Amino acid sequence: MYLSHLSLTNYRSYEQAEIELKPGPNILIGANGVGKTNVAEAMNYLAVQHSHRVSNDHPLVRIGQTQALARGRVHRGEQAVSIEYEINPGKSNRVAINRGAPQAARQAYGIFKAVLFAPEDIELISGQPDIRRRFMDDLIVQMRPALGDARRDYDRVLRQRNALLKSGRKPGSWTDEHESTLAVWNEHLARAAARLINGRLHALRLLAAPTSEVYAELSNGNKPAGFAYQSTVPMATGQHAEVPDEAVLYTAIVEALEEAYQSERDRGVTLVGPHRDDLVVTLGPAPAKGFASHGETWSLALALRLASYRVLAKDDPNPDARPVLILDDVFAELDAARRARLAEMTRDAEQLIITAAVSADIPPELTGTHIPIRMREGISSSGEHLESLDSLKLTEANYFEDAEGSSDE
Amino acid sequence: MYDGAVQSLIDELGRLPGIGPKSAQRIAFHILEASESDMIALADAITDVKTKIRLCEICFNVSEHKVCAICRDEHRDTGLMCVVEESQDVIAIERTRTYNGRYHVLGGAINPIGGIGPDQLRVRELLTRLQDESISEVILATNPNLEGEATATYLTRMLSPVGITLSRLASGLPVGGDLEYADEVTLGRAFEGRRKLGETL
Repeated sequence: MYLSHLSLTNYRSYEQAEIELKPGPNILIGANGVGKTNVAEAMNYLAVQHSHRVSNDHPLVRIGQTQALARGRVHRGEQAVSIEYEINPGKSNRVAINRGAPQAARQAYGIFKAVLFAPEDIELISGQPDIRRRFMDDLIVQMRPALGDARRDYDRVLRQRNALLKSGRKPGSWTDEHESTLAVWNEHLARAAARLINGRLHALRLLAAPTSEVYAELSNGNKPAGFAYQSTVPMATGQHAEVPDEAVLYTAIVEALEEAYQSERDRGVTLVGPHRDDLVVTLGPAPAKGFASHGETWSLALALRLASYRVLAKDDPNPDARPVLILDDVFAELDAARRARLAEMTRDAEQLIITAAVSADIPPELTGTHIPIRMREGISSSGEHLESLDSLKLTEANYFEDAEGSSDE
Repeated sequence: MYDGAVQSLIDELGRLPGIGPKSAQRIAFHILEASESDMIALADAITDVKTKIRLCEICFNVSEHKVCAICRDEHRDTGLMCVVEESQDVIAIERTRTYNGRYHVLGGAINPIGGIGPDQLRVRELLTRLQDESISEVILATNPNLEGEATATYLTRMLSPVGITLSRLASGLPVGGDLEYADEVTLGRAFEGRRKLGETL
């Protein structure tokens, strides 16, 4: 699939922007801080409904505004669908599909699929577990949109159950009523958790082989890359050639909840469930976090992303359904050999979006549509497509003249 | 700020659900300009509701009498009881004209975030009714959302040992709708709750 048009209204540094895109490589080029990553972020938002940079939607709305719009025209073979998200921080986001009446945003999961790799992804290896949970959940939601509801149901049950545990935390405030309602929430929590964990384990089972393949290709490495799910539910921990089904997980979760009963009562929060699970990435015999070098960490993160791309592409084998691959500011971090290898590996994407500060960072193999991005008075805009790299170099020269010109004022 | 009575009317109206400060102001001025008899009728209606209407002693539905019209109706099947969250749900089910039993209004759903547990609901009253009345089937008609489902689970756990037939309203596709527009959860539920054809209804 590919995006032919992206329209942004009050999105970050964009007041109103209309960006035309083509299948194949699209290279967004411009100086640092002019708003290239904002475009990459918005495209990824169309697929996963959150930013890769921030945990809530507030920063996505241009300062002084209350709502941002991000609209994309998605092509899948002969078929074209437009999706427009209303991003309302603090309230529920909505989506209009083919300019229809706005509805709950979750209805749009799966229409557009994308995999973004950005410098922030180094956190996939070295950061907190919530980043890896989000990575897993983004993958499963794109594969099975219904699991987006499972995640939402789970979050709701979790909030209710935590409220119950908290209300009975003071000594002497735990009543029979608390006890009997807790049993009800255990049942609901275990059901939602079983769906979510089952979904994650299925996705991880598919992700394992491509991850080590991609890592080996990227690094020529001698150390094999792998990972294992680490769960608060003992039976879900590890690598699973055969994923336990939901009914089995349900029983295991109920047992784990019973075991954690006293500590949950003491601490007043739910301690068992997918919201406390993690993905442990390993390099050779050691966990990557804390052991891998900067270069290895970077390659591992990239391997996880490219592997997700391959999993999504394989999940829906129709070539028209391949996700869009977005590489945000990636090439600057890689040496020439790895740049070339990455260019080679991304060749089969129907559409590739790349952001870069200077054209010299882009491997010569990747020629395509060049879209200059500029900023004037704090507002970003995109320019006319450039046919060749020569005209791009000319624009870059002009840009620096512009920059000098404006500094005189 | 307006003078005393007008401002206090705006303030009072603004506390109603779904009415913001602008609407409150508009309604207040409408009241000010409308004919006196109409507005006194409105005031009377509000007073009547607050003085005459109370909850039915049996089912806790809103009623003008000690016992509501449904509980007094002798033609109703006293063996059937439909458990709902709010009085509005009774009206909704009554409009279907397919149910001929009685009701029990819980007064909400289990919601720990909102500080509502079974003790805040009329669960004890429900158990008393089940002991006293000859009820053969209880239909759980709480809302098909998380809190409603949790309440249904809770009641199922409470009532299963009593040995009464329990049933839950089916959830699935809206009548007159299109399959393609149904969301995944609803469609998934409809699949789970599918019915064999040819069985007698």
